[in-house]
Amino acid sequence: MTATKDIAAAALAEHAPHETFTLNLGPQHPAAHGVLRVLMTMDGEWIQRAEPIIGYIHRMHEKMGENRTYAKFLPNTSRIDYLSAMHYTHAFVGAVERAAKIEVPARTEYIRVITSELNRISSHMVWWGALLLDLGGFTPILYAFDDREKILDLLEGLCGARLTYCYYRFGGLSNDADDAFLKGTRDFVKHMQPRLQMYRDLVTDNVILRKRLTGIGPISADICRKYGATGPVIRGSGVAYDVRRAEPYSVYPQLQFKIPTYTECDSMARYLVRMDEMEQSLHIIEQALDQIPAGPFMAAKVPRVLKLPAGDTCYAVEAARGRFMVRIVSDGKDQPYRVKLRAPSFSNLSLFEETSKGMILPDALAMMGSLDLVIPDIDR
Amino acid sequence: MNLLELEPIRVLLYLVGICAFVGGNAAYLVLAERKGAGRIQRRPGPNEAGWAGILQPIADGIKLLAKQVMVPPGTDSLLFRAAPLMVMAPPLMCLATIPFSDTLVARNLNIGLLFVFSFGSINVMALMLGGWASRNKYAIISAARVVSQSVAYEIPMLLVVITMLMVAGTMNLQEIIVQQAGGFWHWNLFKVWVNPLMPVTFVIFFICMLAETNRAPFDMAEAESELVAGAFTEYGGMGFGVFFMAEYANIVVGCCLATILFLGGWQSPIGVLSGGFWGLGWFLLKLYALIFTVIWIRWTFPRTQFYSLLNLSWKILIPISLVTLLLTGVVMKLPLLFR
Repeated sequence: MTATKDIAAAALAEHAPHETFTLNLGPQHPAAHGVLRVLMTMDGEWIQRAEPIIGYIHRMHEKMGENRTYAKFLPNTSRIDYLSAMHYTHAFVGAVERAAKIEVPARTEYIRVITSELNRISSHMVWWGALLLDLGGFTPILYAFDDREKILDLLEGLCGARLTYCYYRFGGLSNDADDAFLKGTRDFVKHMQPRLQMYRDLVTDNVILRKRLTGIGPISADICRKYGATGPVIRGSGVAYDVRRAEPYSVYPQLQFKIPTYTECDSMARYLVRMDEMEQSLHIIEQALDQIPAGPFMAAKVPRVLKLPAGDTCYAVEAARGRFMVRIVSDGKDQPYRVKLRAPSFSNLSLFEETSKGMILPDALAMMGSLDLVIPDIDR
Repeated sequence: MNLLELEPIRVLLYLVGICAFVGGNAAYLVLAERKGAGRIQRRPGPNEAGWAGILQPIADGIKLLAKQVMVPPGTDSLLFRAAPLMVMAPPLMCLATIPFSDTLVARNLNIGLLFVFSFGSINVMALMLGGWASRNKYAIISAARVVSQSVAYEIPMLLVVITMLMVAGTMNLQEIIVQQAGGFWHWNLFKVWVNPLMPVTFVIFFICMLAETNRAPFDMAEAESELVAGAFTEYGGMGFGVFFMAEYANIVVGCCLATILFLGGWQSPIGVLSGGFWGLGWFLLKLYALIFTVIWIRWTFPRTQFYSLLNLSWKILIPISLVTLLLTGVVMKLPLLFR
């Protein structure tokens, strides 16, 4: 591996001033997962410079937040990162609750944790399948979607939506979780544990996959900090940063779970972090199911027209791709003065230009796959 | 006088037969591949056109034929049009020497093996021309990959073939099969007394065959998640269809050769019932078992990395195939010392 890198560096040094061409990867390219465009200066198959150009699916979510009421903006939050809609709604709802000082019932918090973790698993499954598609393996995504379907069915039974849930409300939930959901979730956890073992046997231990990911695209902890990368990306670089522990919210302090970290910093480390996270999420769901209390699912007094007191509030959650934070600046009206959405994919993509220098094209795409980008999340 | 003994009629029959065999295989292997992939991926695969999707290849063919053949501006239009023809012709030529049974062979050439490999290597040039003429950056990257991949994999493949040539002592494919008569333990695959590494040799041949036909996990030429569609990016309609058919035709030729060289061709695995239609049956059985393995591998493994592909060839396959070559030579010539 190192020998290959040396050859790459030598080839770059030798041919740098001449014989390069520009490759416009995207916005419609199979590896772009949507409409990401990467402008690459290539020396043969070696990348000299890869500049991500974003904004093709910019939908002005932050501006939309400023000119409608809090409740009207709530559905937007599910559509930023459509793969982990629960977390994003959680952050917005949490910020509003924090500003308005609404006490959320304990049962609600547990249901939020269960649904958030289910959403994290389903999001990681999509990532897993899509990464394997990037690497040229077609079968795993269908296995992952088979299992993901079970999660979507559960959440559909709960709130009627399969992707953009909008299930959390200020002070509670749109409706209580019934016994069918709780039992279904228990069954799912039992079903999923052996499936994760199967994923490991089929894919993780595959020698071709290991060769494609091990040592590819190393991202040091310093680079992660420099660009603000969070989530599995920074945990794959050996930093145990997890918002659920670093800035505890909801009932996560009452739940036991490990923060998987790997110090190898390569794509395989980020892969393994996500695989371990699925396991930990199942573990969290099990505990939450055991501890969930009976009681109301809505806070007692939530005003119909919500007017937050003037001030500045932040609320961060650990979304599937990292730290998602909502900052609401209110001037006391029924509409926020400013809504800032801190999206993890944006920071995670930012480091691509620096780290992809001198990589070969398929390796760079493997690394991009291991960053788990969702383009609407980047562009917002 | 029997009409079949007339030479022109025999030539015509073989021509039609081979074209039909290649066309039918290409069409129905696509269906088999899609059905097999469906099974592997827990979904039904194509099942709408006809009973269980049996008419799907015809529907696909009509769709591809009905599309306009686009030659994008700026391409070398002569080469662009010639490439699909050049990629299709070699497997058709190769099949002329393949013996399907003890009597069913279009041309029983004494240099059959050489003939197959000399035509087999044209395929790469056609892919390269297609990629080059397209004037598309992805296609050009793909063309460069195809050439270096092919150079890397022709060498171990030919070393293996030389080993087999030494074992057989003839380039006539029919004679190679006749030598393997009488039960599966007489097949070259199991002739460990000639060369203890014979099964390894077969595996090398099979890997090289996958690489030569650009099949997963070595599908560098197409690599759809990296290079969009590789060398075929600019091809649409039947131009693309011909490349696709040629891929399957090449797989058929490769698997035919593997069957003939290692698995006893049309010989029965139990030593009896090898003649006539039985022979044809055994041959096709072995052929399709190998083709199924090719499909199976594609839908199970991710794509390899380009440099690990070259490393595999230069650092592992070529040394091993050299060792098998040497070993075979030693084992064959050793008895002469003690005579």
